Amino acid sequence: MRLEKLVIAGLGALIAVTGVFSAEAVAQNEQFIPMLVYRTGPYAPSGIPVANGFRDYYTLVNKRDGGINGVKVTFEECETKYNTKLGVECYEKLKNKGPTGAALVNPFSTGITYQLIPKAPVDKVPILSMGYGRTAAADGRVFPWIFNFPTSYWSQASGFINYVAQQEGGLDKLKGMKIAHVYHNSAYGKEANPTLQVLAEKYGYKLTMLAVDHPGQEQKATWLQIRRLKPDWVFMSGWGVMNQVAVKEAAAINYPMDHFVGNWWSGSDADVIPAGKGAIGYKSTAFHFAGTGFPVHKDIIKHVYDGDVAQANRNNFGEVLYNRTLVNAMFGIEAIRTAMQKYGNKPMTGEQVRWGLEHLHITEGRLKALGMGGFTRGFEVTCADHETGGPIIVQQWDGKKWNMVSDWVPTMRDVVRPMIEKAAAAYAKENNITPRKCMG
Amino acid sequence: MFYRESGQFKSSYVADQAIFPIAQDRWFIFAVLAVAYLVVPIVANEYWLQAVIIPFLVFAMAAIGLNLLTGYAGQLSLGTGAFMAVGAYATYKLVTMFPELNVIAAFLISGLIAAGVGVVFGIPSLRIKGFYLAVATLAAQFFLSWLFNKVGWFYNYNPSGTITAPPRMMAGIMVTGPEATAAVRYLVALTLVAVFALAAKNLVRGRIGRSWMAIRDMDIAAEIIGIRPFQTKLLAFAISSFYCGVAGAMTLFLWLGSAETEAFNIDVSFQVLFMVIIGGLGSILGSFLGAAFITLVPVFLTNAPQMFGITMATDLQKHLEVMIFGGLIIYFLIVEPHGFARLWQIAKEKLRRWPFPY
Repeated sequence: MRLEKLVIAGLGALIAVTGVFSAEAVAQNEQFIPMLVYRTGPYAPSGIPVANGFRDYYTLVNKRDGGINGVKVTFEECETKYNTKLGVECYEKLKNKGPTGAALVNPFSTGITYQLIPKAPVDKVPILSMGYGRTAAADGRVFPWIFNFPTSYWSQASGFINYVAQQEGGLDKLKGMKIAHVYHNSAYGKEANPTLQVLAEKYGYKLTMLAVDHPGQEQKATWLQIRRLKPDWVFMSGWGVMNQVAVKEAAAINYPMDHFVGNWWSGSDADVIPAGKGAIGYKSTAFHFAGTGFPVHKDIIKHVYDGDVAQANRNNFGEVLYNRTLVNAMFGIEAIRTAMQKYGNKPMTGEQVRWGLEHLHITEGRLKALGMGGFTRGFEVTCADHETGGPIIVQQWDGKKWNMVSDWVPTMRDVVRPMIEKAAAAYAKENNITPRKCMG
Repeated sequence: MFYRESGQFKSSYVADQAIFPIAQDRWFIFAVLAVAYLVVPIVANEYWLQAVIIPFLVFAMAAIGLNLLTGYAGQLSLGTGAFMAVGAYATYKLVTMFPELNVIAAFLISGLIAAGVGVVFGIPSLRIKGFYLAVATLAAQFFLSWLFNKVGWFYNYNPSGTITAPPRMMAGIMVTGPEATAAVRYLVALTLVAVFALAAKNLVRGRIGRSWMAIRDMDIAAEIIGIRPFQTKLLAFAISSFYCGVAGAMTLFLWLGSAETEAFNIDVSFQVLFMVIIGGLGSILGSFLGAAFITLVPVFLTNAPQMFGITMATDLQKHLEVMIFGGLIIYFLIVEPHGFARLWQIAKEKLRRWPFPY
């Protein structure tokens, strides 16, 4: 019994000690960016390349450029398992770190973004939910602290319909077609539904929505339905394990893979490799290019990995999601740089970064200077428009790598923007928010 | 030495039947409450309140609820998460439909709604027992989360299916919503838990609690001495679900701020069940101890490597955390199969005989 008592007493004492946090010495010339990552659990196949991409880009900025205008970037990872409760815990833990607190937060989970949206204006930490999160947050008048540029779920869904129309020979050809949406049964997966419904009414295609429950390992019933229904096109909003299972199931029922299009969270290397040859022809949308052929990739190999390509490849170098987070990290860094133009070259507070995000103007010249010329598209954020509704591009898996198979496909701003404004107004009403005025 | 009851004479039935008959226990509880009300809101920072203490209170509430049902009435339930979801969605609907309604009133009404739902899903308990009943309550878990996901009315046709706690004031202070400070939300949660824990304690000491325990220990014998299994079991389901419903409302309004059905999934049901088992079946104190163990230890394990200056990869750390936590659960169940409450009781016995415990 002695030992047992000791263990119990020891554990109790240890937990008590947790209450006394040792004060850390904070270096003054640093910009802290929290990283909510998920390297474990059913979403790890998506989460690991994301986490590595952020880490490598921040390291690159420090090593290649000596930080942002001389201010070093620091970051700390916190594991969320893609679980919203753990995500909030991580956010609370990290939001006040560094000399000026968190510059901005990239939740990389729509569920966690939803949790953080009400907190952002209170904690003064802007949220950059690049192409995910609450689409209505694109209305900057109601959501001054939330940014989801360069394009949103709803814009993406309209871009997908545009792409289908391009392939079929015009929007009028959509009439009578059958389109199925396979989605993760969560706030994230449901995001595209309203847009697809509105467009179904407008263009007369028949929409079937098929929910897949968390975590998405069991989809036999879903694909049986698709086999019966024989839709002309299948659109998917999946994440983590769900993607590879869906691709495998689609291959198993011999669904024509070139008519199966994932959204941009359903098209990374980890999603198609497990399905082997069956995945050949599978498509997904994106807003940046795949591959490792851009100058920024050479810089990463040189500065982050000291020329060790094998080591880089073990860290998901050049995978689609890795590339996407390079873009995401770059947007964040450029927003901080924009803020510095106004407030000076010192660590920025969340409020200053928010200004930077709102005045972010990514030009083609700037992309080129960063080694990302042609990698993604430029855009300009405004006070009212935090999304910019940028175009999408479609990529296809050839069994070895992703290839771009379309031009930039425009989104339907005329349909999406009024929907965003309506949803934002409803949110404002429910939460007693008075939308701010935007000039112009 | 300090924990001695000699000299404390009881001269009335009221004194003899007090919840804490020993003066030292009474003072200890008052001290804990005083610290919880006066010291914690000042000392604890937002991370501690938001990520550690409020979840602890929410789960303590849910664990008390499940303990009434499983620990006292002996009805095994895996539907705790679903009943919490009922509470959360009902409160959300109530406060958005009637903006003038007091939030606490909405909590209590939602508790009643959850109680009603609990009764419906408790009906099978009259025919089936033990593990079979667990499966029937499992149906509640899956059915209700499907329902809240499927029917748009429950989440006000919000495109993402997420419910958000709207800002509400009470006596001029923001209680819910993003503007409410963690300290205020903590105090509201603490008050709710304190009041309902006291109510539960009194409930289980009285006629109702005794009839539950009679049913738990041998239902046929209980029936013979005049306890009606039908009413008793359904009452257990109703009151347990009431507690879980309030805990669910607290989850949405005082802890998370916004949630989808995923926040009340089967994992939550299991978590609360583990709290009850590890804390001690049939003990209100055990509910608190179990909730503390399940919510605090993972937080401690997450922060431990940093505190001791060890840097390790995040994924390795998380995996280690899960392994150590699992190991600890098994260890404690081997050392004391009756849970922490029993451990506490043994400690008290030994303290009374101190310095010569045996």
